[in-house]
Amino acid sequence: MFYNSVAALCEAAKKAGKPISEIVMKSRAIDTEISMEELMEQMDENWQVMLEAMDRGLYTDVKSVTGLSGGDAKRIYEANKHRISYVGSPVITAMARAIAVAEVNAAMGRIVAAPTAGSCGVLPAVLYSVAAELDLPREKIVKALFAAAGIGLIIAQNASLSGAEGGCQAECGSASCMAAFAAVELAGGTPEQAMHAGAIALKNMLGLVCDPVAGLVEIPCIKRNASSAANAMIAFEMALAEVESKIPIDEVILAMKQIGDMMSPQLKETACGGLAVTPTGRAISKRIFGSSDRLPVVSFEDLE
Amino acid sequence: MARNTTLGVFDIIGPIMIGPSSSHTAGAARMGFMARNIFGKQPMRVEFHLHGSFARTYKGHGTGLALVAGLLGMYPDDIRIEHAYEHAAERGMDFRFFQTNLGGGVHPNTALIKMFSENGKERSVQISSLGGGAIQVTKIDNFEVLILGNLNVIVASYKDKPGVVAKVTAKIAEYDLNIAFMNVAREEKGADALMVVGLDKKMPEDACESLRSIKQVSELLVIEKIL
Repeated sequence: MFYNSVAALCEAAKKAGKPISEIVMKSRAIDTEISMEELMEQMDENWQVMLEAMDRGLYTDVKSVTGLSGGDAKRIYEANKHRISYVGSPVITAMARAIAVAEVNAAMGRIVAAPTAGSCGVLPAVLYSVAAELDLPREKIVKALFAAAGIGLIIAQNASLSGAEGGCQAECGSASCMAAFAAVELAGGTPEQAMHAGAIALKNMLGLVCDPVAGLVEIPCIKRNASSAANAMIAFEMALAEVESKIPIDEVILAMKQIGDMMSPQLKETACGGLAVTPTGRAISKRIFGSSDRLPVVSFEDLE
Repeated sequence: MARNTTLGVFDIIGPIMIGPSSSHTAGAARMGFMARNIFGKQPMRVEFHLHGSFARTYKGHGTGLALVAGLLGMYPDDIRIEHAYEHAAERGMDFRFFQTNLGGGVHPNTALIKMFSENGKERSVQISSLGGGAIQVTKIDNFEVLILGNLNVIVASYKDKPGVVAKVTAKIAEYDLNIAFMNVAREEKGADALMVVGLDKKMPEDACESLRSIKQVSELLVIEKIL
């Protein structure tokens, strides 16, 4: 059985004098009778797919099936070569790579859900950027992914990771929280700092609705991967500077759950509100699917 | 409900999948795959009754393609998902999509999948995609069940008689298999019943044969974990 609060997980890490990732791995190893080495190998496969998706998005021409998205990651990457960056190189790296993975996803390419496909760019991009800054070996990044998975599991248990249930805060918000949390470990911070980083990142994303234009994982999802990655960097930077979240991480997670429950279904992945129903959003939807796209309706009674 | 409490780290970082949506593409492919396993083979005809957001976004997220791909036995990272409809036509699997409302308490990403074989066999399975690619089966025919896809499961159809459950568990114990959860449902006393047993390890073939030899057991399906 896994820890049901972030506080309990971090307490276990502190007590053992071990990084959070090791506590998560050990718990998984006991649950599944799989060795730590095998767990590392399995996670390493995930990292490999993440790397390939980042590179594909950055260096090749990616276009989604609908033609609505693709090419922005490359655009950011190329532009950054020739002019001054205002947010600085680590954030540029994170945002370009986050968009890269999200664009590959929209193009029906291979990605790793982290925690979902809609938010798949955030975690790899942030960890890549931090590891590149510190020149860390691959093994460290793969380990950090377990720390991210640990807090993700706790969010899944106590709130939700699904946009249809909790809005975008549950997807990109959770991804940003996981990334900030794992980045602290990657940078050699304490479990305490990781908790604050996760809490700050998630707080900044609360209330974000899931309003995809035409119901596609493109607008605004792809750019939200970039903002969620940048948000994780901000939160993690604050935590390393000993800035604290006044609301503890576990309470922030419960607040997200409550907000998600109160959120209208029209703003939870149904493409019935927000950006999806703006005049432009509707026009895009109509252009792609036409207006006659309706399934035959069968009543519940007829199914019994 | 005890949902989500048995998820593991690779449900959070993972699956490796074809985009664009973990709940509506990867989850949908797993739903189809699970339905196929519960049917025991590839059906000749399938009806997908889509509930909640599935009914609205089945096309945009490739949910329809993924459900069909899963029914054809494809995994969520199979690059053929994009062309699942053509593959279904090639393999002679007929399918149709409908929009429905399965009720207020039902998870927003749910489908009722009705499967038919050439010899008149019919089975319906209600499955939800919980997000991040995780799924849960909540109904098989008229029986309420709970299968999460992260354990090896056996599903036994049997006649409700005293001692059948004990016989099944005794045989499972003989093979030194540990039961993680168990779920028994029946239509009424003495009528058709369904037993779902979750196991920590895969059930070996001879153990399955041994269970099938129990007189009251009419069908035994082995569902390997897919998470």
